Amino acid sequence: MRRSLLFLPGNTPNMLINGSCLGSDAVIFDLEDAVSPAEKDAARILVRNTMTYMDFRGCETIVRINGIDTPYWQEDLDEVMPCRPNLILLPKTGTAEDIRTADAYMARVEERLGLAPYTVGLVALIETALGVENAFAVASASPRVTALFLGAEDLTADLQCKRTKEGREIEYARTRLVVAARAAGVEVYDTPFTDVNDDEGIEVDALHAKALGFTGKASISPRHVEVINRVFSPSQGDIDYAYEVMEAIRLGKEQGKGAVALRGKMIDAPIVARAQRTIAMARELGLGREEA
Amino acid sequence: MTEIVRSASAGTMESSDVYVEIEPGEGGIELRLESVVKGQFGPAIEEVVREVLGQWGVENARVSVRDRGALDCVIRSRVETAVKRGRGNG
Amino acid sequence: MKGKVVSSIREAISLAGLKDGMTVSFHHHLRNGDYVLNLVMEEAARLGIRDLTVNASSLFDIHLPLLDHIQSHVVTGIQTDYMSAALGREISRGILEKPVQFRTHGGRPSDIALGRTPIDVAFIAAPAADPMGNCSGKYGKSACGSLGYAYPDAMYAKKVVVITDNLVDYPLLDWSIPESYVDYVVCVEEIGNPKGIVSGTTQITRDPVGLVMAQNAAKVIQYSGLLKEGFSFQTGAGGASLAAAKFLKDIMLRQQIQGSFGLGGITGYMVDMLQAGCFRSLLDVQCFDLKAVESIRTDPRHQEISAMHYASPSHRSAVVDSLDVVILGATEIDTDFNVNVHTDSAGSIMGGSGGHSDTAAGAKLAMIIAPMFRARLPIVTDRVACVSTPGRDIDVLVTQGGIAVNEKDRELKERLVAAGLPVLDIHELKEKAEGITGKPRKLPRGERTVAEVISREGTLQDVIYSVPGQD
Repeated sequence: MRRSLLFLPGNTPNMLINGSCLGSDAVIFDLEDAVSPAEKDAARILVRNTMTYMDFRGCETIVRINGIDTPYWQEDLDEVMPCRPNLILLPKTGTAEDIRTADAYMARVEERLGLAPYTVGLVALIETALGVENAFAVASASPRVTALFLGAEDLTADLQCKRTKEGREIEYARTRLVVAARAAGVEVYDTPFTDVNDDEGIEVDALHAKALGFTGKASISPRHVEVINRVFSPSQGDIDYAYEVMEAIRLGKEQGKGAVALRGKMIDAPIVARAQRTIAMARELGLGREEA
Repeated sequence: MTEIVRSASAGTMESSDVYVEIEPGEGGIELRLESVVKGQFGPAIEEVVREVLGQWGVENARVSVRDRGALDCVIRSRVETAVKRGRGNG
Repeated sequence: MKGKVVSSIREAISLAGLKDGMTVSFHHHLRNGDYVLNLVMEEAARLGIRDLTVNASSLFDIHLPLLDHIQSHVVTGIQTDYMSAALGREISRGILEKPVQFRTHGGRPSDIALGRTPIDVAFIAAPAADPMGNCSGKYGKSACGSLGYAYPDAMYAKKVVVITDNLVDYPLLDWSIPESYVDYVVCVEEIGNPKGIVSGTTQITRDPVGLVMAQNAAKVIQYSGLLKEGFSFQTGAGGASLAAAKFLKDIMLRQQIQGSFGLGGITGYMVDMLQAGCFRSLLDVQCFDLKAVESIRTDPRHQEISAMHYASPSHRSAVVDSLDVVILGATEIDTDFNVNVHTDSAGSIMGGSGGHSDTAAGAKLAMIIAPMFRARLPIVTDRVACVSTPGRDIDVLVTQGGIAVNEKDRELKERLVAAGLPVLDIHELKEKAEGITGKPRKLPRGERTVAEVISREGTLQDVIYSVPGQD
């Protein structure tokens, strides 16, 4: 369950050591934009030790490494992969080839460490026009890819347009990424909302992303985490409906019915699948029903 | 054995961080420690600094540690970074 | 009209009959911008008066000249509710022979009224006064808003001197302290530095840990069973406490709950809550910022209250007795929920109870909000260095790493667990923090008693020892 993904600057101890307490489902240790070139070595070591010595149970760990067009990314992986972060976030992914390059190196490191293949997953950060155009190819380039991730700041620069709160300029990229990710059978995370003090704005933005089909949303401020979690959690109405669906299916089976209807609507396979996902998430959130 | 061939530093003076300076030395490890929690953690900090120096094979160096309440994992990181920055190539 | 106006502080001191061995008193509404205490003590020293006891509702770094008066034996006793760090460090070194007496904001007026700490001459800094001594904190260049802590001094001191930098025509309307209590009035150039008196705007914290603590705190209130129509609330001016108030405001607006009153030291955030309809009134013993001062001056729902009305345990009742929830800080808290707000990790004085013990005793839910550790030092200890507020009055500790509920509050604990909040036993919370920081070595303490902590009821609650290597 990754509703909220919180960026933490990779060379700032005060943020890293409290990372697991900030309420997000996953933290992203950032070795890329948040770290100056002169401190890449220090941040790598600090992030590795933070993952080694601090307790991140209940909070997934993701490392944003530097891009494959930099001299840093392989050393980043060498340093952090022994800690088995859940995922690696690869910035500026533009093509399926980029994924294959990172994937091949990660496979070598896994072999060297004696880890099972695909122990560490890969998330493609799509933040260029090329990446948006190649989104489906990127998402299906390797079984290691578990998600697409929209990065709107760099994307709007590449598109030569202004980044706005309303986000009309990224609407196409958002919908395109959702479609590509779902077509490839992977998850998809929305870009952070960057005005830390706009409590209404983040809620509107998160609701919009959820409505488009995103799995979750990234954040650059702990202040946004709670709103994002709330928006991307199933509502009590969703949960109740999911249990009704499953109950209707059970009764249908008992009575040997081929087709089952609920509230005047036929329940087909996608509805059942959605109900199962909702119930699984409700259970994870402690909102599930015991008898079910 | 790892030789420290140049002065190097790592970390910052921000809260929860530690600023470590290392330079070539002779006749063992010469350690200077300042800490906002020296009374409560002085010996523990010194032990972890020496442990990391030992792990990286540093036997002779002058090391200055200015601690702003850093956790062990942060101290370990900054000492290791300083060693790697100050050691000879290879 | 000359009225009670005398020409100088010096003349007022002489007329009031201040002599060796007496007690003088001051309020702290001008906070770290106060000039009055220093002006008075300087004149007393010049007049050759010795062996004075200073009874001040709080002392700040601006009052460092007190150290010289201690050296020269002009001052030999201090009674206060709070002492900031620079002054506290010297007291902890043992420069004063007689231990400082710390009281609470409710205990001070109570003990003054009961005659346990009689005041010979009260010097009341007043941002506005008329020639007969009617005075107020709401008007003038040095406006500080409420004058709540000055009431007991005015009512019970043998002689009362009002010192103002804004003498207005008689009668000053909308007075706080009426002329019937006042003996002399002095007009000086400046009673304080406005920059130190009130802050511009108090900001909620941007520290991520503070925000998480604040969110947890707001949720504890939400699920405590107390958040309903008529709810009453007090919070401090710290960044995390203000953030908690902000999150609470969101919840109250969402659930359309209107509280009866907000209490305390009032900040702009509480004013926002009043204006947004979260409360019917604010009861204000002290203003922290310009917005609060503006509000108490213009909004009739925003009422000044005296220190007795705020928190005295020996008067017929006090507002704290009707308080639902208070959010408080701590430098450390032990596994019995005793809280220290007097000394820092080295044992040096850097604070005081203020209204901490009073609101904790009165409120139905007294919440401590603090990080799991500060600069590697866990907040939960086996035994606090100084019991500022006894654990029996504390209900819950909120940190970023979990929430600990006092054993005596079984129902609260059940409610919070049912709401899915991260409730831990306080021992578990201590171990969790120590697992991250390591276990700190206990620092040795000095031999001398440098301060006594007097409970709000007037009994000796704890003592503070000197800091070794410094005494």
